[in-house]
Formats: sequence, C-alpha cells, structure tokens
Amino acid sequence: MSTAPTRPADALREGDRPAESRPGAAARTVGGVAGWVDDRTGAAKPVGYLMKKVFPDHWSFMLGEIAMYSMIVCLLTGAFLTFWFVPSAGHTIYDGSYVPLRGVSMSEAYASTLNISFDIKGGLIIRQIHHWSALMFIVALVVHMFRVFFTGAFRKPREINWAIGSVLALLAIIEGFAGYSLPDDLLSGTGIRAMQGFVQTAPVIGTYLVYAIFGGPFPGEMIIPRLYSAHILLIPALLVGLFTAHIGLVFLQKHTQYPGPGRTEKNVVGFPVMPVYAAKAGGFFFIVFGILSLIAAVVQINPIWAYGPYDPSAVTAGSQPDWYMGFADGALRLLPGWLEFEIFGYTLSMNIFPGALLLLPLVYVVLGVYPFLERWVTGDNREHHLLQRPRNSPVRTGIGMAAITAYSVLLFASGNDIMAIKLGMSINDLTWFFRIGFFVLPPLAFWVTKRICLSLQRRDRDTVLHGRETGTIVRTPDGRFFERHDTELTPDQWILVQHEPVAPLELEPAVDENGVARPAARKDRLRARLSRFYFADAVNPVTPAELAAAHYHGEEHEAIEPSETSASGGAAPIESAEAGRH
Amino acid sequence: MNALAARRRHPAAIAILIILGLFLTGAVYAALAPKPADATTRALPAQSVEEGKALFRANCSTCHGLNAEGRATGTGDQIAGPPLAGVGAAAVDFQVGTGRMPLPRPDVQAPANNEIKFTQEEIDSMGAYIASLAPGPGVPSEEAVDPTKGDAARGGELFRVNCAMCHNFAGAGGALTRGKYAPPIEGVSGRHIYEAMVTGPQSMPVFNDANLTPESKRDIIAFLYTIDEAESPGGMTLGSLGPVSEGLFAWVFGLGLLVASAVWIGAKSA
Repeated sequence: MSTAPTRPADALREGDRPAESRPGAAARTVGGVAGWVDDRTGAAKPVGYLMKKVFPDHWSFMLGEIAMYSMIVCLLTGAFLTFWFVPSAGHTIYDGSYVPLRGVSMSEAYASTLNISFDIKGGLIIRQIHHWSALMFIVALVVHMFRVFFTGAFRKPREINWAIGSVLALLAIIEGFAGYSLPDDLLSGTGIRAMQGFVQTAPVIGTYLVYAIFGGPFPGEMIIPRLYSAHILLIPALLVGLFTAHIGLVFLQKHTQYPGPGRTEKNVVGFPVMPVYAAKAGGFFFIVFGILSLIAAVVQINPIWAYGPYDPSAVTAGSQPDWYMGFADGALRLLPGWLEFEIFGYTLSMNIFPGALLLLPLVYVVLGVYPFLERWVTGDNREHHLLQRPRNSPVRTGIGMAAITAYSVLLFASGNDIMAIKLGMSINDLTWFFRIGFFVLPPLAFWVTKRICLSLQRRDRDTVLHGRETGTIVRTPDGRFFERHDTELTPDQWILVQHEPVAPLELEPAVDENGVARPAARKDRLRARLSRFYFADAVNPVTPAELAAAHYHGEEHEAIEPSETSASGGAAPIESAEAGRH
Repeated sequence: MNALAARRRHPAAIAILIILGLFLTGAVYAALAPKPADATTRALPAQSVEEGKALFRANCSTCHGLNAEGRATGTGDQIAGPPLAGVGAAAVDFQVGTGRMPLPRPDVQAPANNEIKFTQEEIDSMGAYIASLAPGPGVPSEEAVDPTKGDAARGGELFRVNCAMCHNFAGAGGALTRGKYAPPIEGVSGRHIYEAMVTGPQSMPVFNDANLTPESKRDIIAFLYTIDEAESPGGMTLGSLGPVSEGLFAWVFGLGLLVASAVWIGAKSA
C-alpha cells in the first residue's frame, strides 16, 4: 500500500482521512481506574513489566501449570471443607443419613466427614475434587520435574529453583499424607498408626519423637488437631510461600526455551503475557479445573463411609497410602525382617527405618543436590537458557531413567497384594521379583537408555552428513544404481547440529612442573573419573568442517578420485552411492 | 474390491484387521471348543444317605477316599483330599454349592466356579452322607441367614474387626501368602457366607458360635447385603481396592486427559 499512487483506482481515495482511533467509553473508564491506582501505588511499571514478559510456547512447559492449578483447586475446595470438618477425636454416635453406620460410635472428625459426604449440599463432590486434585497435583509436579530434569533446565542459573522445587515436592507429599490422615476412617487411622510405628524406629530419638508428635506412646486424641493445623495452616503457608519464590524466580531468570532457529542463550522467543498468555493460561486453569471436576464427578475416591470408623483392632486388606507415599510403603514391604537387631540392649529396626522413614527425605535431598553434582563434574559454569534434548545428554538421561525405575519398583511393590489377587500371582514371588528388580532394573534402565540416546545421536549425525533416504533409486548413464539421499538441511533440522560438543575433563598431572604434589590431585582424579563416566563415549554434533567434507566428497567424488573408484572394484557401487547423496 | 485395495493403507486398516481377526478366532473357538461332558444323572428323587454315598464314590472318592477317610497323593507326601468325617453338611453345601468342588485340578486353592456340577438335591444327598459319618455343622435355616433380620451397622463393625483384614473393607477380596487369596464376597448368598464362617474353608479360620453368635453372623450377612445393594454415592468405585487403583487412575486417565489438553492448547497458535 505504501507505494500505492501507481494504481489509478487509488485516486478515488484521495480525500479520505483515516478514522481517528479514540478509546471507547469502557476503555477510558478502565484507563481512568488504572491511572487512579497507579497514582497511589505506582503499580503501572511493575505490572507493565510483567504484562510484557515473553514466555516461550510448548505443551511441556504447561506441566508445571497443571500442578499449580491443581494446587489452587486444592486450596479453594479445602477452604470449603474447613467450614464443616471438625478436627477432633472426641467420641460421638453417628446419627446422620448413611444407614449402614447409624448408631456406630466414632470420632467427631469421622462423623463430620460423613456429614460432609452425605448431608452437606455439594459436600461429596467438593471432597472428591479436593482429593483428586491432591493426587493430580503431585502427579503433575512429578512429571513437571521429569521435564525439567531431562531437558537440563536445572543448570545454572536455575539450581536454586530446582532445590526449591524439590522441597516443594517433599512438602506436597507431607501435606497430602496429613490430609489423608484427617478423616479418621479405618484407612487413615491405620496410616497414622503405621506412621507412629515408623517414627519409633528412628535410632535413639524414635520414642522421644513419638511423644513429641503424638503427645503419648500411642496415636491418641492429640494427633488429629495437630495434623489439622499442619494441613490447613503450616504446610499450605510454606507451600504457597515457596511456590511464589519458585515462580518469581522463573520471571526473574526468564523461562528456558527449546533450541530452534533464532533462539539463543540471550533471548526468549515466544509471546508476551498480555494478551496471549493471560488468555491461554487463564483458559487452561479452567480446563484443568473442569477435568478435575469431571473426574471427581464420575469416579469415587476414598469412600470413607465404606472403610468405616477407625478402630485399632481392625484393618482392611489393601491398606495402602495414597500413591505419592507408595514408594516408602513399597520399600518397607521389600525390606527383609532379619535386618532388625539389638545392639547394647537397644533395638535397631533396620527392617523398617531405611524404607519407611529415611527414604522419604533421602529421595528429595538426592534430587535437590543433583544439579550441584552435575555442575561439579562437568565444570560448566556458564548460564544456560536453551534446553537440551534428552538424547544430547545420554548419561544424565540414563541416570534419570534409572532413578525413575528404582522409584517405580518401590511404588509397584507397595501394590504387591493388589497385583497378587488381580493377576493371580503369588505375593511372595512378586516380593522377590521387586527385591531383585530394585538392584537389577535401574542399572539396566541406565544402560538401555544411554545406548538409545547414543544411537539417536548417531542417527542425527548420519542424517546431517548423508541426508535422508528418499527411496528414489537412480540409474546412472553407465548403468549403476544408487539411492538418492536428500541432504538439504531444512530449518527444523537445524536442531540436529545446535548442541555443544562435549569431552571429558583432562586430568591435570598429580605433580606440578617442579615435582611438587598437588593437594587437589585426589579430588581431581574422582572428578575426572566422573567426567569420563559422563562424556567418554559422547557423540558430538557434526561440525561445519565435517559437513563441508561430506558434501565436498559427495559432489566432487568422481572428478577427484576417478582412479580409486575403478581400483576399489567391488566397492564401487557403494562409493558412487555416496557420490549420489546430495 | 478396488475401493478396498485403495484403503489398505488407511490408518485404521490395521486396527480393523486385528478386530476382525480376533472376532473370527473367537467365533471359531466358540463353535469348536469341546463341551464339558455331562455325566451326572439328573433328577434324583428325595435326598438320602445311600444316594449321597453313591454320588460321593463316583465323584469325590478319587481324592477323598472311598469312605471319605482322606487320601495322600501318589507320591504320598501331600494330601490329595482331607478326611471329611465331621466337616458336616454345611461344608459340603458350601464347597460343592459354590462350584469349588469337585476341584478341576490341584492348585494352591480351590477357586469359586460358576459352573455348579450338581443339583441342589444331589448336594443335599452328599451332605446327608457326610453328616452321617460324624456330627458336624449343618446347613443353616432360611431364618438364620435372612439379611432383613440382621443389624447392618453392627454387622459392619463385626466385619471390619473379623473379616476385612483378608476380604477388604468392601468384601472385594485380598491376597494371602504364596498365591492364596481371600476371595471377593460380593454377590455371595447368605447361606454360603454363613457356611464359610462355620466351616472355615481353605485358609479361612472357623468362626464358631462361641466367637460369633448366630445373630452376629446374620448381622454380618445383613451388612454384606447392604453394601452389595447400595449404589456407590461417589461414582465409579474402581474395584473398591483402595488407593492403588485410585493412583493408577490418576496417572493413566487424569494425567492423560490433562496432558492431552496441554498439548491441545499448546498447539493453538497465539
């Protein structure tokens, strides 16, 4: 349009004046209110900064959002539940509308949960949304963690945020366990009683801890009010606080992005919060809420009325914790009984302690420490804002898969009785399978994953150097056949060569040039060994020189080396096939 | 045919072929599968010890011995069938009436079987024969197992204290050691529940009238009928198996739905 006057029809528009774009009445009102607020708070600058913040777009970046929204749904529904829940172990006789429990004596906590389920309008659906959201919160959080781990998003400068995330994950499962224990039904009461036993197995301080937590040698009347304070006040406050820091750091450090044309360590390619992400993320919240509500509306969860009130003398088959505590329960089921022994007259319950008590913080400490370990091994002190493809870090991907495998073995072991009846197998055989599997399967998973990553990397190299097989067979004038390979690198194939080459750290000599032993040599040896473990068989991306060589070879082959073609005899067709790869 | 050939690379072609193949295999199997031989003589007249003895000798004595004295296996190291003197007519009614006996093959445990091999008269005859060997618990009366006369709430308490540790809170069943299991007791008749309690079949302990009075047994039956008939207020029960099936559902369907919607919204251009 700018060079328009060449067209005769444009003469018709000569007198036109563009319409003045004046803000409408509504926009002026909004502007007025915003101005009023800005005059008093100075909010325009920071809000404008946030609104213009650019975020890269990818579905896997929304996994954390799913976790966040599930947590918000938990907070909303939880607030509703607190209106009616009575956190008390006081005795009462049930007289509500659920007939099979009428006249049964129970705690007020259990009676009020029955009341929420059967006599409060919408109570049951809210309870089910609350519980399903809690399960999905931790599922989404774990999957979000997988994404961050396998793409190397935890590297500098985001190690602190990874550590915060690990603490959030641990807090989330403690929060979940506290909630699971509140209704005082048979299952949650069994859970509390089990927890009391686990705490008791802590060497030396176990009994003191039990008295501190439960206010006595048994889970008495104190534990439900205490868990309630933790569940609705203490842990949510910590969760929300740490979560704010978590997401604040994302804003501060900018979001990572997948590699792609035009994306560098110094920019973020995506869309601004306003209007694109505000709409997308806002809409996504309602999608998540909708899906959680749908699940809660059609699928029953934790039917406390069916479990009945807690009674220390009763227990039900299939007593399991919610899934996120399953790995600790599974570890407990796998630990052999002979690990309990006495020393100086004190019993050490090593058949319980490592699995049921120690494992829980251990998993999350190992998790939180990993970025620092990797940084030490790789010696990589640069900032990283571009994500890695999992295949381009084969050892890390292998470690991740090994960890997931070990965790899964424990998780599945906690369902060994359900598997035994549903699959018609012996629970003893299953237990042995998991016991052996815990040691055998993770290294196997590591090895298989690493091999797959390396082969994928080699395939990437091959695609870059020799192109894609087109399936077109070409016959040359002198009667030879070759398959045409397509070596044009399309922009999306740029991803095959964008990553950085890696190599193991070189070991500095143990003595310097003057023959003086370096004190750091021992640590360096360990570091070099770990570095070799990570990078010894690294497959590095194709360099421009390699690419040029491959192409040069391809185009000019016949002209440069005619004698070799004829001399190599039987190899000739292969050589010419190379020649045709363009 | 040409139109069909043109669609042979359609994405659904493989799925349709597999479904067709499965359907054909199933149809052919249903047509050709061997039918179980029906050797029992129907319509015996009134129950009697003599007829029961004849039936027992024809159908049970291979394992339990000609006079129900019990037998060892061929190698002599294991019991083929236990002695039956004193187990009472209730045990016969339970074991044969739920299809557990005759046992099709040696196994860790006799599974319940919907194919009952004998008529009720024949079962009663065999019960009369076994009861004639030594006194034992008899088949309970209609009144003793009438769920409408029991107290479901009290039965629930008794069930949770005495039964739930093996049979699960909802009677969905549970695992025991080495492949043995406590079977699901959903939809089991009151008479069979009562008989199981008084005779203690397989791994189950005996709940005699001293630990559970007949009234308590009837309360438990009333409770089981109540939860059988009650609609689940919260929706699908996922097998009433507790948190394991809930966790599996969250990982497979919950995560599946949420990730699918994330992919969908991520694919929307801004």
